[in-house]
Amino acid sequence: MFFANPFALKRRGILGMNRRNVEYIGKLNDRKNFPLVDNKLKTKRIAEAAGIAVPRLLDTIKNQSELKKLHQRLEQLRTFVIKPAQGSGGKGILVIVNRDGDDFKKPNGEHFSLEDVHHHISNILSGLYSLGGKNDVAMIESLVEFDPIFEHYSFEGVPDIRVVLYKGFPAMAMLRCSTSMSDGKANLHQGAIGVGIDMKSGRALNAVQYDRPISYHPDTKHDFSKLAVPHWKRILHLAASCYEITHLGYLGVDIVLDKQLGPLILELNARPGLAIQIANDQGEIPRFDLIDAQKENLSVEERVTFSLSNF
Amino acid sequence: MLSSRSQIRLIALILAIVGFSITWYKVDILGIPLYPHDKRSVYNIGAEISFIGQHESALISMAIPPEQKGIRILSYDATSADFGFTTAQTQSGKRAEWSKRLVDGKQRLFYSIDAIIDVHADVKEENTAAMKLEEETLSDYTKPVLNAAQTLLEEIHQHSAEAHSFTALLIQYFNASNPSQTVKMLLSQNSEDMQGLLYRLLRYEGITVRKIRGLYLGETQHNQSLIPMLEVYDNERWQLFDLQKGKIPRAQNFFIWQKGGVSLLEAMGVKESKITFSVSEHRVPSGQIAKHEKMLKEAPLLNFSLFSLPVSQQNSFKHILLIPIGALVVVFLRILIGLRTSGTFMPILIALAFMQTSLVVGLMMFIIIVGVGLIIRSYLSHMNLLLVARISAVVIVVIAIMSVMSVLSYKLGLNEVLSITFFPMIILAWTIERMSILWEEEGAKEVFIQGGGSLFVATLAYFAMSNTLIGHLTFNFPELLFVVLAIIIILGTYSGYRLSELIRFKSMV
Repeated sequence: MFFANPFALKRRGILGMNRRNVEYIGKLNDRKNFPLVDNKLKTKRIAEAAGIAVPRLLDTIKNQSELKKLHQRLEQLRTFVIKPAQGSGGKGILVIVNRDGDDFKKPNGEHFSLEDVHHHISNILSGLYSLGGKNDVAMIESLVEFDPIFEHYSFEGVPDIRVVLYKGFPAMAMLRCSTSMSDGKANLHQGAIGVGIDMKSGRALNAVQYDRPISYHPDTKHDFSKLAVPHWKRILHLAASCYEITHLGYLGVDIVLDKQLGPLILELNARPGLAIQIANDQGEIPRFDLIDAQKENLSVEERVTFSLSNF
Repeated sequence: MLSSRSQIRLIALILAIVGFSITWYKVDILGIPLYPHDKRSVYNIGAEISFIGQHESALISMAIPPEQKGIRILSYDATSADFGFTTAQTQSGKRAEWSKRLVDGKQRLFYSIDAIIDVHADVKEENTAAMKLEEETLSDYTKPVLNAAQTLLEEIHQHSAEAHSFTALLIQYFNASNPSQTVKMLLSQNSEDMQGLLYRLLRYEGITVRKIRGLYLGETQHNQSLIPMLEVYDNERWQLFDLQKGKIPRAQNFFIWQKGGVSLLEAMGVKESKITFSVSEHRVPSGQIAKHEKMLKEAPLLNFSLFSLPVSQQNSFKHILLIPIGALVVVFLRILIGLRTSGTFMPILIALAFMQTSLVVGLMMFIIIVGVGLIIRSYLSHMNLLLVARISAVVIVVIAIMSVMSVLSYKLGLNEVLSITFFPMIILAWTIERMSILWEEEGAKEVFIQGGGSLFVATLAYFAMSNTLIGHLTFNFPELLFVVLAIIIILGTYSGYRLSELIRFKSMV
């Protein structure tokens, strides 16, 4: 059969797009809190205020006139990342790993002049990467020094960990690894690999590419079953604490591991996708139902403990 | 207190009941047919007069159609705001007259006729002997022109048998792809139009002829002017001649608005007076035609229905009322099937354009415009323009493509392509912009998935919207929109799986 039996999907508790929109996003995520996650600058401010670890903000550029002094502002920076505050799906992110006078270097070795940087920021400000072409703000962040532990599981890009929070409880997690097909990006629909992570141990469960199971990385040929995420409890703790700052009941938290600083929050998402279920080979609904049966107003610690022992 | 889900269901139920009950009332009590078949066409022919008042008294007089053979006039209606309205019989036929003491600003008057094609409709031929036509001498022509005209008429006279064949041949001479010197000379003679020129030549030949102006009943038309024709008498019967096509059979569907050469519209005390005509077709069951007019006057529900609007507005509403059907198709395909399209409602606008262009031509034109647009847009992206400027540039590019396509195809004789102007340009520009960004970010595959999805949805919406039964139901029973609304509300609360998800999650069961 070409189609899955919908009743079988339902028995496995798989969440579909319509139900996600109507019953989870519609009911648990208050629209007025969306800007907190859609605007990375706001996310960073509230996260820093709450003591949640994020990559350090070095500078922000809000309008074109500030670009005249770009030279002075970048003077002291050797490695940095430039992002549009309201970009989505990794659009418009410029990573600089080194510099040589006024010449910058991208991770793939390509040179980028000061003028190119100027132009890139100008595009960000005029809304090239933001939803609906709204005027945007460019953020300059410190570069995350990635933990080499995932080196063999990623091609040209950096893997990140997606944790889905339901009412503040970590409900499901996966590691997203870029491939040559995904062009170094960690977006699953572009061909990145999703690796489901066991909530109890932080070990890999199952890996999928284009919604189909896969057992080793197609570029590096490394076996996913040996993969284990370090600092697992710390990661869950960090993710769960995002509930207190956003009050979004259904939230995707993207985390990266820094060699020195450990886990850092990269981005939050108020409309997390459904592919995490395929990566885990598990439906989300039974876990959400179990969380619904728990007491409200538990602390971060209590929520993480619950998830660690129940999922 | 009801849960929000039951509330939604209750609202949907009420909407559906309201929609169905009004429909039932109209079908059962008022006798409006539920199905479009077994019907006769009633043509509503409307004249719209517009002018600007000069702060003085105004008198507007318009020729109104005579009784005629083959077409029966059921009723007429003059919408005249606060003007006084009368009809008057003059020597040259009936005229409608509107008058008002003080007229200011832009004004519009409507006059409309309901008519059916009826082979039994007949009128007495006027006594042609009584038609006194003053002699035509072409005395204003210069000697050489007059000589040339005489030679031409003599030549035609030689090659024809009687008045009808003479006229047919004359029209043929004037429409030759390569007209003779004489014809060119006559055409450039003076300010007279073709109708006037042919009329005078025929009169000079001593043929009994009169000027006719009218409209073809058929497909819906807006903003038309009357088509000039000539009617020639050969001592037995009158024959109608089209100024381009020549002799036409006593056209069953040609509605004569005016006979004779007096002016169609006379407006005193106003400026910029203008008259346009529109034709729209309604399907009414044969048995209903007699009742039709009475019914409109008696049922308050119909008095405030779309039927009471002027014809040109009725035609617009025919299209507007189809949009919810297109929206229903989009909602269905998105929520139940999970089809990805580029732009949620873009497919509906494309489907509306398809209705004007026909499906195959429309699809080809869409693909060509978007394809060429994408190529040009990829060059624009190298120029790194700001967003608004870039989209404006794409709009201009789209208009340029459309103009080039129109001119080229017109020269090649492909008249279907001229309907390209029905495509919504701004929407096309946005589609090109979105697809081009999609191409850069997600690759060509995603562009084809979404572009193909959009065209698929547009095609389905086109089939739904161009369906005769659906068109009939939405226009005659606009209250069924409440039912469509109820369905959309219910679909909006559907939280089950989409068909595409049954494939996506296949590996999990």
